Amino acid sequence: MSRVLGSAPAPLLRRILLQGKYEALTMLRNGEQLILAIVLPLMALVGLTVTPLLDGLGGSRVDVAVPGILALCAMSTAFTGQGISTGFDRRYGVLRFLSTTPLGRTGLIAGKILAVLAVLLLQVLVVGAVAFILGWHPTTAGWAPALVLLVLGAAAFTALGLLVAGTVRPEATLAITNLLWILLGALGGIVIPAERLPGPARELVHFLPSGALGEALRDAFLAGTFNGGATLILLLWTAFAGAAAIRWFKWN
Amino acid sequence: MRSPDSPVLSITGLIKDVGPLASLDGKMLRVVSGVSLAAERGQVTALLGANGAGKTTTIECAQGLQRRSGGSVSLLGQDPDTAGAELRSRVGVMLQDGGLPPSARPIPLLKHIAGMYRHPWPVDELIERLGIDTFSRTTVRRLSGGQRQRLALAAALAGNPEVLFLDEPSAGLDPQSRQLVFQLISELRDAGMGIVLTTHLMDDAQRLADYVYIIDAGRNVAEGTVAQLLQRNISADSGQEHVRTLLFESRPGLDFTGVLPATVDVREARAGSYAVTGALTPEDLAALTAWWAAHGIMPGSMSLEARSLEDVFLDISGREIR
Repeated sequence: MSRVLGSAPAPLLRRILLQGKYEALTMLRNGEQLILAIVLPLMALVGLTVTPLLDGLGGSRVDVAVPGILALCAMSTAFTGQGISTGFDRRYGVLRFLSTTPLGRTGLIAGKILAVLAVLLLQVLVVGAVAFILGWHPTTAGWAPALVLLVLGAAAFTALGLLVAGTVRPEATLAITNLLWILLGALGGIVIPAERLPGPARELVHFLPSGALGEALRDAFLAGTFNGGATLILLLWTAFAGAAAIRWFKWN
Repeated sequence: MRSPDSPVLSITGLIKDVGPLASLDGKMLRVVSGVSLAAERGQVTALLGANGAGKTTTIECAQGLQRRSGGSVSLLGQDPDTAGAELRSRVGVMLQDGGLPPSARPIPLLKHIAGMYRHPWPVDELIERLGIDTFSRTTVRRLSGGQRQRLALAAALAGNPEVLFLDEPSAGLDPQSRQLVFQLISELRDAGMGIVLTTHLMDDAQRLADYVYIIDAGRNVAEGTVAQLLQRNISADSGQEHVRTLLFESRPGLDFTGVLPATVDVREARAGSYAVTGALTPEDLAALTAWWAAHGIMPGSMSLEARSLEDVFLDISGREIR
């Protein structure tokens, strides 16, 4: 065997793009993840459109429902989906192995964030298309703040997902992220606006990432306004969960 | 012999503490306490030791996967704790647990990993060389132990590294895979790769290693080429080389005191099963067989073996089970 040994890393951006693509395809090929990311949000959208649950909230049923469903999508992909896959990657040593390649730990995290954003974009396109068929009329001025908020929401939920995945066993990550998805999805102010929730929850959900994201997206798409308070709450969740994940994430 | 070139890996006085551990009342546990070693280009350097001796921790500190608590590590002239992608692109790692995603299929996975490098090893070549085409459509979770190890080795080689770390490379290998993997390791060594492997199997070290460090309880307790280690004397005063063991079976309770020189160790390991160990000479064998003839003894079986690395290892690290 005659060969010249030794290599050099591919450029940083290429490594991150490759990892993002690989992780996004892995997520989309996983049946359970696909149900969580696409099927359940679409079922919720249709459910909220055909039932009177959201009547009397200052817009048509579908107009009130869609922003919450998009927020739910961000939580599905960034928190539950990404948390579970990271938890199992950690168990199987995948994180350790990839961190020995030129990708490294930061490239790995960047690739995961990119994959979350790619899947989220796909969710927005699918949910948006179905919503338009159902008669969705978003405020045009709402798109710009909404997209910024979706990215910020994805950041907050990714940080929380990584915090869970990096600190407990993968089975526990599976249980925690699924349970929170259901709890926050139903009672976290994400799909059902705070004013329709029972007393104590009504005040609390404003401070949860779910409530803040749902509320801010509704303000954007229904009124075309930018909700600064909710944005600040999402930023704080991102900062604290991100710092905690950096501090406590265990790679093995 | 160690070459005069600067080593690809040099570790000096490595210390690694883990914890605090609840099982130790919140104290730290020192799992590596002063390992020093060097690995050269074009050589296989083996870290040999029992499970829990600190081999994996040592090489993970060298790979930058674990942060050392003390001592110094230089990998290709750089500190793995602070080095970046440039160093990682020149080093291949095969982890003990594989580290491959269970849902992945071999070829897309290898292509993905190769994409992280500017001058990767052509994936087709790796696939062919390691026989991966025979299971290319199977997901990692359904692979046999041997197939998984071969894929993990291919993944470690994807970047065409200068230094290759193999943590227990023969774990789970069937005889055919083992042959394939060992042959490839030898070729890579001859091509100039610096290979560092850990193993608890003497046979691996004996077959593959140019230089062996025996690690015990977090320290390196002996080192040398396999030949040098085999020539270590059982008793410090026998002063001779080429230790061999003559094993034979006969009736129990034979007493052949005085037949062989005092430097030769004679023991009845089990009733009727004898081991004669030492720097045996033709004269010793003649004396022993003459004594058998004089006493009408015909052994049921007999064999002459060079001293194995296992004996050296057990002499050094003790025979008790830990």
